[in-house]
Amino acid sequence: MLENRRYIIQGIFILIGVVFLVKLFALQVTDDTYKFRAERNSRLRIVEYPFRGLIYDRNNELLVYNEPIYDLMVIPQDVFIEDTTRFCELLDITRETFEENMLAAKRYHRAKPSAFIKKISHTEYARIQDELYSYKGFHVNPRTVRRYSSAILANEVGYIGEISQSQLDRDTTNYYRSGDHIGLTGLEQYYEKELRGERGAKYKLINVNGIQKGVYKNGAYDTTSIAGRNLITTIDQELQKYAEWLMEGKRGSIVAIEPSTGEILAMVSSPSYDPNMLSGRKFSDNYKTIAADTNKRLFNRAIMAEYPPGSIFKTVQALVGLDAGVMTADEQIVSKVERIGDHAALGSYDVAKGIEYSSNNYFHEVMRRVVNQGDDPNTFKDTRIGMERWADAVRKFGFGAPLGLDIAGEENGLVPDADYYDDIYPKHSWAYSTIQSLCIGQGELLVTPLQVANLAAIIANQGYYIKPHLVKGFEKDGDEEILDFDKIYPGKGNEYYPAIIEGMARAAKRTANLAKIPGIEIAGKTGTAENGIKDETIDHSVFMAFAPKDDPKIAISVYVENAGWGGLASGITASLVMEKFIKGKIDDSGWFKREAYIKESKYLDVLKKDNEEDKDNEEGQEN
Amino acid sequence: MRNEGGIGNLDWSVVLIYIVLITLGWFNIFAATYDEEATKSIFDLTTNSGKQLLWIATSVVLIAIILIVDFRIYESLAPILYVIFILMLMAVLVFGKETNGAKAWFEIGSFRLQPAELTKFATALLLARFVSGSNVRFSDFKSQAKALAIMFSPVALIMLQPDLGSALIFFSFMLAVFREGFPPVYLIVGLAAAIIGVMTILLPIQIIAIVVVAVGAIWVLLSSRSLKNILITFFLVLTSIGFSLGFGYAFDEVLPEYQRNRILVIFYPDSIDPQNAGFNLNQSKIAIGSGGLTGKGFLEGTQTKGGFVPEQSTDFIFSTLAEEHGWLGSLILVTLFMLLLSRIIAIAERQKSQFSRVYGYSIAGIIFFHFTINIAMTMGLFPVVGIPLPFFSYGGSSLWSFTIMLFVLLKIDMHRTQILTRH
Repeated sequence: MLENRRYIIQGIFILIGVVFLVKLFALQVTDDTYKFRAERNSRLRIVEYPFRGLIYDRNNELLVYNEPIYDLMVIPQDVFIEDTTRFCELLDITRETFEENMLAAKRYHRAKPSAFIKKISHTEYARIQDELYSYKGFHVNPRTVRRYSSAILANEVGYIGEISQSQLDRDTTNYYRSGDHIGLTGLEQYYEKELRGERGAKYKLINVNGIQKGVYKNGAYDTTSIAGRNLITTIDQELQKYAEWLMEGKRGSIVAIEPSTGEILAMVSSPSYDPNMLSGRKFSDNYKTIAADTNKRLFNRAIMAEYPPGSIFKTVQALVGLDAGVMTADEQIVSKVERIGDHAALGSYDVAKGIEYSSNNYFHEVMRRVVNQGDDPNTFKDTRIGMERWADAVRKFGFGAPLGLDIAGEENGLVPDADYYDDIYPKHSWAYSTIQSLCIGQGELLVTPLQVANLAAIIANQGYYIKPHLVKGFEKDGDEEILDFDKIYPGKGNEYYPAIIEGMARAAKRTANLAKIPGIEIAGKTGTAENGIKDETIDHSVFMAFAPKDDPKIAISVYVENAGWGGLASGITASLVMEKFIKGKIDDSGWFKREAYIKESKYLDVLKKDNEEDKDNEEGQEN
Repeated sequence: MRNEGGIGNLDWSVVLIYIVLITLGWFNIFAATYDEEATKSIFDLTTNSGKQLLWIATSVVLIAIILIVDFRIYESLAPILYVIFILMLMAVLVFGKETNGAKAWFEIGSFRLQPAELTKFATALLLARFVSGSNVRFSDFKSQAKALAIMFSPVALIMLQPDLGSALIFFSFMLAVFREGFPPVYLIVGLAAAIIGVMTILLPIQIIAIVVVAVGAIWVLLSSRSLKNILITFFLVLTSIGFSLGFGYAFDEVLPEYQRNRILVIFYPDSIDPQNAGFNLNQSKIAIGSGGLTGKGFLEGTQTKGGFVPEQSTDFIFSTLAEEHGWLGSLILVTLFMLLLSRIIAIAERQKSQFSRVYGYSIAGIIFFHFTINIAMTMGLFPVVGIPLPFFSYGGSSLWSFTIMLFVLLKIDMHRTQILTRH
């Protein structure tokens, strides 16, 4: 029956309708990839960069701030300029630059904004701002660059740069995007999370040509950027400036710590660079120049340079011995035989006198008592056990490992232990005589200037330290958060510190007399760090001190490379920095002009003479 | 007793569906061209929705004329109309305005006419008149050939434009003649050719040969193992393989690349020509797919507003509806078309004259083909050929021709109790 074909035809119609509805259900309801693709298509994300936190010194003086700069953007298809010559004059560009930039913008996209002129300074922008509004198709994109109140603290503050691919890969929070700027070194890196704030985003609808067609979902997904927190550092800007000024033209470092808090008052690594160079437009050019400099300007000597500690280490030796109970502070130890080369006469010494005269043989005996305690009848085995004990004790003073400063790059230094010597010599074949140069801070020992400053703080505090740090807290809109730090005790007791301090005070008078501060007694210890090359090059001048002796306000370590005797270059520099901090000014009214002496590097003249006379005294040159 | 041919005999259910479809179409045309920044009224004559309102208004005039004019003239005028449109199809090849590489339009001033649109109407009328002729028997090859000639003469001319989409629509008449007793073998052959064609695009010839031989062998085993059956099957298998080879050659070598890509992109949506054919299709799928169950809301379609989908108020109007009204919107649209088609078939079946019935089925077929190809095209199930969605897409030619075809059927239906007599 032909009438039945009606149902076949209707069946085909219904079948197609059902097939469509099923397919549409799959496409529209069960498969949500199209939703994402639609959003990717039509949603433009405009990032709002947060205001990066500022950096203040300990007295609320601004160290680092943001300077607005402007990118002049152009949307080629909207451009209407009546008088191109005038426009070029306004922007101070040539006609050729104008044509080139316009062509580049057109090539990128006719309807999308691209940068026409980048990084216009704030003053420049103020000049052109009013007239710029009359040119259609142009608008400005405000951004910021880091600026510095003074050209100081370059290596401590660090710099910001574009995030690298490897950093992006490591970013588990998925916060960063390619092209973002991130703190790369120093405080900028360490406190990146605090400083950066939170990025905001606005979503716009765009059409197929990329032209904005209004707000996406009425702004439901928009977020505002949250400014970063300001850093309150421990740095004293005036002191830092002064210290950097003193170190100009020299290689070395200064670390000054407030002993009671562990706050770093000044940290100098010289030579350094002007931080403004690594901010803004010329970053990559300047970076290449700075990095290629043989003076290693990016190398933060205060935390990265490792030197043998020299005589300043005798204080540690004494503290380890006293804490181990192998001697007492006033015990007279008599050296009759010279076990080690010595400037000081053989004879009877207690702790204070040993430090005052920097007696090598006294500390030889102190360390021997710590190491060889007769734990094993075999001398070699006994030494091995003793060395472990010694190394552990020394490490407690903050040596051999980073102290945990709040910028990256701290070196370990080196405290050799039993395992270390087992690697050099066959096991149980080395004895105290093998390693005895450690007792006077020579041998394999290595310390960083920061560790030495921290040692000065331990002695100033009579038995504890607080982890040295550069930032004491954060601030935002008047809300402050001050960080807490614990006291760290390197030894069991502290009753013997006065003897050490007394020795240091007397040593400072004896060996660094020129470094005295009018009216303030300092406790200090000079050292000479061998530069490792046994030739004519002059050793490094080292001074560790704190002042005032009876109420320490500042502890310091000063390293001046190839400046020889610690009492001169380093000692006088230290005295100036300490005085500046305590008094706020320098009293240089005596016959000896310390400031001029340091600025003109007069100690080098003395050294040339001295060096010729002292050529024969290569080992045990103790001060 | 109702007045014969009076307005009370008008099938109001179809009129209602027609009004709903046209109104929904109008709103969607407004949405498709909506610009949030330059907010224009739906009546604004510079917009497509405003113009569509003009086309709707003129359609109402057309409806009035159709309802007034004597229903008998369509059968009488069928041959003349058919000849006129065949001549116009020839003329358009010479005088037509070339758009998108096809000479399909006459342009007189700002007035544009696409003769292929109304050729469907004329063909439907002539086919109905021929089939209802007293000496036509579809068991008879001569009658079959005459019917095929009426159906496919315009196709040859339209393919010269070339306008593949319009040409495809003429295959819808096969449904009408099938209802009148046309041998089903034609439909089976057509279906087989379509299947082999798709396989040729997707599979290497060796696999197609294996499949065809296997189908033939199974057929022989299941039906009769007579020599005649085996020979016929063998012949069909060879023909199929030959067709596949020929089709493959035509597809790879004869078809222009852009057309080949339009077909390939159906099967490989992400790899073929992602900038052109792939882009358009993917954008349409994204718009539809992102609609979800209930859609993004009227005027809230981001893809629609962003202009990502090409031809959005005309051929791709469905993507607007699907994006803004989701699967439920799609369900309503599909249901409306299913209701319309059922009503048309019901109307066709209640006709006393064969002419009216064949004409009714022809209209059902034309609307069904438009609907199927258009929706399949926007979803990426069929190559992109410019076929509008009936009553929905923006455009006067299309709206007029569908209105004429539908209301001529309703007019004839009003007089279904009066026996048509041919003079």
